[in-house]
Amino acid sequence: MASLDRVKVLVLGDSGVGKSSLVHLLCQNQVLGNPSWTVGCSVDVRVHDYREGTPEEKTYYIELWDVGGSVGSASSVKSTRAVFYNSVNGIILVHDLTNKKSSQNLYPWSLEALSKDSSPTGIIVSNGDYDREQFAENSVPLLIIGTKFDQIPENKRNDVLTRTAFISEDFNAEEINLDCTNPRYLAAGSSNAVKLSRFFDKVIEKRYFTRDPSQMQSFTDRRRFNFKSLHND
Amino acid sequence: MGVDLLHVNISKSCVQSEGVLKVLFFGFGWLFFMRQLFKDYEVRQYVVQVVFSVTFAFSCTMFELIIFEILGVLSSTSRYFHWKLNLYVILLVLIFVVPFYIGYFVVSNIRLLQRQRLLFSCVVWFTFMYFFWKLGDPFPILSPKHGILSIEQLISRVGVIGVTLMALLSGFGAVNCPYTYMSYFLRNVTDSDILALERRLLQTMDMIVSKKKRIAMTRRQMYQRGEEQNKQTGFWGMIKSVTSSPSGSENLFVIQQEVDALEELSRQLFLETVDLQATKERIEYSKTFQGKYFNFLGYFFSIYCVWKIFMATINIVFDRVGKNDPVTRGIEITVNYLGIQFDVKFWSQHISFILVGIIIVTSIRGLLITLTKFFYAISSSKSSNVIVLVLAQIMGMYFVSSVLLMRMSMPLEYRTIVTEVLGELQFNFYHRWFDVIFLVSALSSILFLYLAHKQAPEKHMTL
Repeated sequence: MASLDRVKVLVLGDSGVGKSSLVHLLCQNQVLGNPSWTVGCSVDVRVHDYREGTPEEKTYYIELWDVGGSVGSASSVKSTRAVFYNSVNGIILVHDLTNKKSSQNLYPWSLEALSKDSSPTGIIVSNGDYDREQFAENSVPLLIIGTKFDQIPENKRNDVLTRTAFISEDFNAEEINLDCTNPRYLAAGSSNAVKLSRFFDKVIEKRYFTRDPSQMQSFTDRRRFNFKSLHND
Repeated sequence: MGVDLLHVNISKSCVQSEGVLKVLFFGFGWLFFMRQLFKDYEVRQYVVQVVFSVTFAFSCTMFELIIFEILGVLSSTSRYFHWKLNLYVILLVLIFVVPFYIGYFVVSNIRLLQRQRLLFSCVVWFTFMYFFWKLGDPFPILSPKHGILSIEQLISRVGVIGVTLMALLSGFGAVNCPYTYMSYFLRNVTDSDILALERRLLQTMDMIVSKKKRIAMTRRQMYQRGEEQNKQTGFWGMIKSVTSSPSGSENLFVIQQEVDALEELSRQLFLETVDLQATKERIEYSKTFQGKYFNFLGYFFSIYCVWKIFMATINIVFDRVGKNDPVTRGIEITVNYLGIQFDVKFWSQHISFILVGIIIVTSIRGLLITLTKFFYAISSSKSSNVIVLVLAQIMGMYFVSSVLLMRMSMPLEYRTIVTEVLGELQFNFYHRWFDVIFLVSALSSILFLYLAHKQAPEKHMTL
């Protein structure tokens, strides 16, 4: 049973957004009682049923690597962190819905993780700015999770959700907004749980099953069309 | 009549220039707050930013007034007036406003006390005032002729705290600066060392992962089996389920402990790797031109540091109080021993200005950099407001005591204004206190750095 296949997913984001609580919730189905600073990297494992409910159902291990720190860390910390970015199959980007700066910092975070993995032809722009096109070509599945949803007052919720929708379009990724101290948000059957499951399935597919070229092409074309039209606003 | 009008015009323009400078300082403090300190956080309570910028502006104004004193800008009565005004405002901010807001934000973070925020913050403020007042007892800082509610009482206490801080920072800085600059202390780190350590780190992570997989799988199996069996709840149900599967929760407990130990190891390895990477970068930097320059400076600073420690010891042991400032002494030496004759008055003014200016700029810059580093290291999104206010308090006290101590670096004719404005404090006590704390801080920093340096190569060897 210990010889199940595995995939590696990074969990990235600023300090204090709730990555450790999130990982604990995803893997242990419990709320983390005493969150403390993550030094280095902490890993947890989730057992996931790929294509649950179908005849092709198979169980995989999903390793969630929660890397601590901030984008402004010293270069020695960044070089050490880069050790964890090897052979990554998926990335979960976590930001705090009550803190705009943590959402803005998702771009440098994703650059940091992806440029370690990029092909020698180097699709990443060197001056650190993000480029929407490169996220469309990016082959690593991304998921954006916004935390501390319960701390946003009712009247501000629409603005926040619009803002996060733009971010997830930029990254060409799905988004989930939740509160890590409440398991209700990820209850089985809820739309969040479905999105999460779909994300993990996509990661497993990318890793283990050869891509059906025609299917993936139309998928990326559709997304590109969607946000190109938004871009004209 | 015409002279009076001229006088009024000059004083108006002086007040205006004074106001412009103050606004400039305020703006600088505001920008520093936004761009440097709070660059990863959202400013939700603008009062924090305002208080910080105001503290910064009024502290810098004091330095500006010293410069004006030396250069002879503005009339001496207006200078005296500005000094007094500035001093009152800054004492008001440091003793009333900032501690109150610190208490307020601390109380806001604690959920239990949320309802009666104002009440509890007043309680906190009164406690602060009590300890602040008690601080004056063990120190011989006042002559008995001062009343209870005089301004000297407040300044003397602020001075004690500020001087202690200054001496601690100077002592540590004086020792740390040559240690960081000089490449003599750099340990030899090769790429293969780093690679070996990284490999160990990844191996440890892999071990943690495989153990966590076992835990997750065992849990899942227990959960599934529990569902099928229609698990009996309660104490006896748990015992039964444990006995039926002997490799159940007992095994889990053992594995969990192993995981905890491995996680601790991974954290240590991570920190060691970061340390090695930082050392490697410093070695590379020391090979550049800039690095060589700093290395040379490091030798120079280490001599200066040894000299300062020596002087501090002499001052304490022989109970010596310096009467002359370095400028006058330097001029005396050049005039007497080197036989160079020049206009003492003219040169003493300009040299004091440059010297005092350098001291001011480096101490402001040094303090802001240290505060920023400190802030990044310990702040989180919850506590950022409190920490920034604490830093503003430290900054204000630091600058007030700089003015106090700077008296010694200025020639006699410029000292009078400081003495007049701050009242009759026992200045000699402050210098003695500074020397004592400086010595203690420098010696303990040397001990600390020696131990840290000694320990590192041993760790390095066991790789």
